[in-house]
Amino acid sequence: MEKITKEVYLKWYEDMLFWRKFEDKLAAVYIQQKVRGFLHLYNGQEAVLAGALHAMDLSKDKMITAYRNHVQPIGMGVDPKRVMAELYGKVTGTSQGMGGSMHIFSKEKGFYGGHGIVGGQIPLGAGLAFADKYFKRDGVTICYMGDGAVRQGSLHETFNLAMLWQLPVVFVCENNGYAMGTSVARTSYSTEIWKLGLGYEMPCGPVDGMDPVTVAKEMSKAIERARSGGGPTFLEMKTYRYRGHSMSDAQHYRTKDEVEEYKKIDPITQVLDIIKEKEYASDDEIKTINKRVKDKVSECEKFAEESEYPPISQLYDMVYEQEDYPFLQHKL
Amino acid sequence: MKTIQFREAIAEAMSEEMRKDESIFLMGEEVAEYNGAYKASKGMLDEFGPDRVIDTPISELGFSGIAVGSAMNGNRPIVEFMTFNFALVGIDQIINNAAKIRQMSGGQFNCPIVFRGPTGSAGQLAATHSQAFESWYANCPGLKVVVPSNPRDAKGLLKAAIKDDDPVIFMESEQMYGDKGEVPEGEYTIPLGVADIVREGSDVTIVSFGKIIKEAHKAADELAKEGVNCEIIDIRTVRPLDFDAIINSVKKTNRLVILEEAWPFGNVATEITYQVQSQAFDYLDAPVQKINTADTPAPYSPVLLAEWLPNHQDVIKAVKKVLYK
Ligand SMILES: Cc1ncc(C[n+]2csc(CCOP(=O)(O)OP(=O)(O)O)c2C)c(N)n1
Ligand SMILES: [Mg+2]
Repeated sequence: MEKITKEVYLKWYEDMLFWRKFEDKLAAVYIQQKVRGFLHLYNGQEAVLAGALHAMDLSKDKMITAYRNHVQPIGMGVDPKRVMAELYGKVTGTSQGMGGSMHIFSKEKGFYGGHGIVGGQIPLGAGLAFADKYFKRDGVTICYMGDGAVRQGSLHETFNLAMLWQLPVVFVCENNGYAMGTSVARTSYSTEIWKLGLGYEMPCGPVDGMDPVTVAKEMSKAIERARSGGGPTFLEMKTYRYRGHSMSDAQHYRTKDEVEEYKKIDPITQVLDIIKEKEYASDDEIKTINKRVKDKVSECEKFAEESEYPPISQLYDMVYEQEDYPFLQHKL
Repeated sequence: MKTIQFREAIAEAMSEEMRKDESIFLMGEEVAEYNGAYKASKGMLDEFGPDRVIDTPISELGFSGIAVGSAMNGNRPIVEFMTFNFALVGIDQIINNAAKIRQMSGGQFNCPIVFRGPTGSAGQLAATHSQAFESWYANCPGLKVVVPSNPRDAKGLLKAAIKDDDPVIFMESEQMYGDKGEVPEGEYTIPLGVADIVREGSDVTIVSFGKIIKEAHKAADELAKEGVNCEIIDIRTVRPLDFDAIINSVKKTNRLVILEEAWPFGNVATEITYQVQSQAFDYLDAPVQKINTADTPAPYSPVLLAEWLPNHQDVIKAVKKVLYK
């Protein structure tokens, strides 16, 4: 793993702050009904992504996740303006407005979605790794899933196959404590999710998912194992989501105090504290970063607002590769 | 009569039957402590306790199968899917087990179970969260499929479904849970397999079901202003389907328009069309028209979704076409 230098801390701070503010902006425009459907925000979980990106080789590694997926592609290098435009349903969006909030994709940047069916991406992640192994490329796939998703049968079938075929994949459970309104404890006999790896003899373990340094170190070991032919790893990142599951969640299942407790170990604050302590940046320099982040978010909003909706004909342009597919008529 | 929400009708139906029959339980994601993802089981955990109102992990395959197994051994489960899109993960247990146990066991076991939850689109939720599965389940012998469109029918039909000794797929809509309507005060059920003529008319028959039927009502209101009298049939149960009600109506109006939120290939409207042309061919004064969702996965963008989903304007056009107007 590359050393975690001053530059890395500053990058982490700016990236994570941008992701946070990007999500906050989406929440705001959602309330104005400019963005519709479900909206699942990443606030609180940023360290899981920042640490992973540090350990990855973005020229060949891949990422796949569930529907809480706006900022991961941005981290992988996708233009955030296009992610915002996708949520607005505009033709300039990453999927030209076809996918919306839950379905961000970027073939170019190695981001494989953006999946709305809980657990559906777990076998897909292993499949991406299967192809890399098949073609003897040395890329590694990072496959994220929630604490709720590990209760899907797809995980168990995939874990066995990934071990059997020694696929170059890192399975990462982002345990943010809840699947919608259901805490891990209420739906799990064993609440130590990482132990699911044990039954398959998959290397596994718990990780502090609020600290990007710890995440980067653990991810790095797992990625190196996968890259050198050592097969999959399963990591349980202990993290927390600050906002509701989606936008319509009254959050009666937890206390405000619990949320405040986690904010004390907020990943952005943790990184900022180190920056200040080690004098990696002056207060003025931090202000400059904050301003840059704010401006970038505004640019995204402006771009999305000003973009056009797709033409109606696009409805039929996206389903098949075949260009003259004979669709049935559905109305006069 | 009293006025209640659709979600309250669902909760009342389940609660009333659970009070009478100890073997009934409700199982699903967020049904207990959260009172249902769409609050359709509000208060039920308090009343029946955690042994009978059971929160599950996100394990549709596991809990669907456990419910079917329990039904083979004395229970009468109600399984809630957060939406039927997610039932796909567990559909094997419904199609291969629930629907077939009775026949395969030579009638030794029956499977008195209700699988319920929302079907169809519900705004900009994109391709995987906007699918209508009525025709999929209705294609499968061994199942019954019920799709109410208002609180009164929802309550009466759900009670009948729970009492039914065969597996019933009971389909709702996220966009209907807040709808208000009148329901009778006392005990009542509505038999499965009986359509309802919800608006009488003489010029054209419009057949529909579920939440999309509202578009038929809007169309009929507009058309009435132009002197066109539409008869609207809410089939309510897709399997078994009350073909007689439709055929009798077509014999009167001689024209048929079917509105169904589903992909166009091989759907409920297709079967109705076949039955009508084979049983009432001589009565038809125009080819049957059907209106569906576009032959594509649901798009996210609002402008494309509006094109994808049928609306009352589409119904008006279809009615005018069968009337040669
Ligand atoms: C198969 C399936 N069942 C149910 C749902 C509805 N649903 C969407 S998100 C969610 C909770 C998932 O929680 P978790 O895996 O912990 O991820 P988080 O939202 O915390 O990121 C549920 C039940 C779904 N999308 N797919
Ligand atoms: Mg979670």
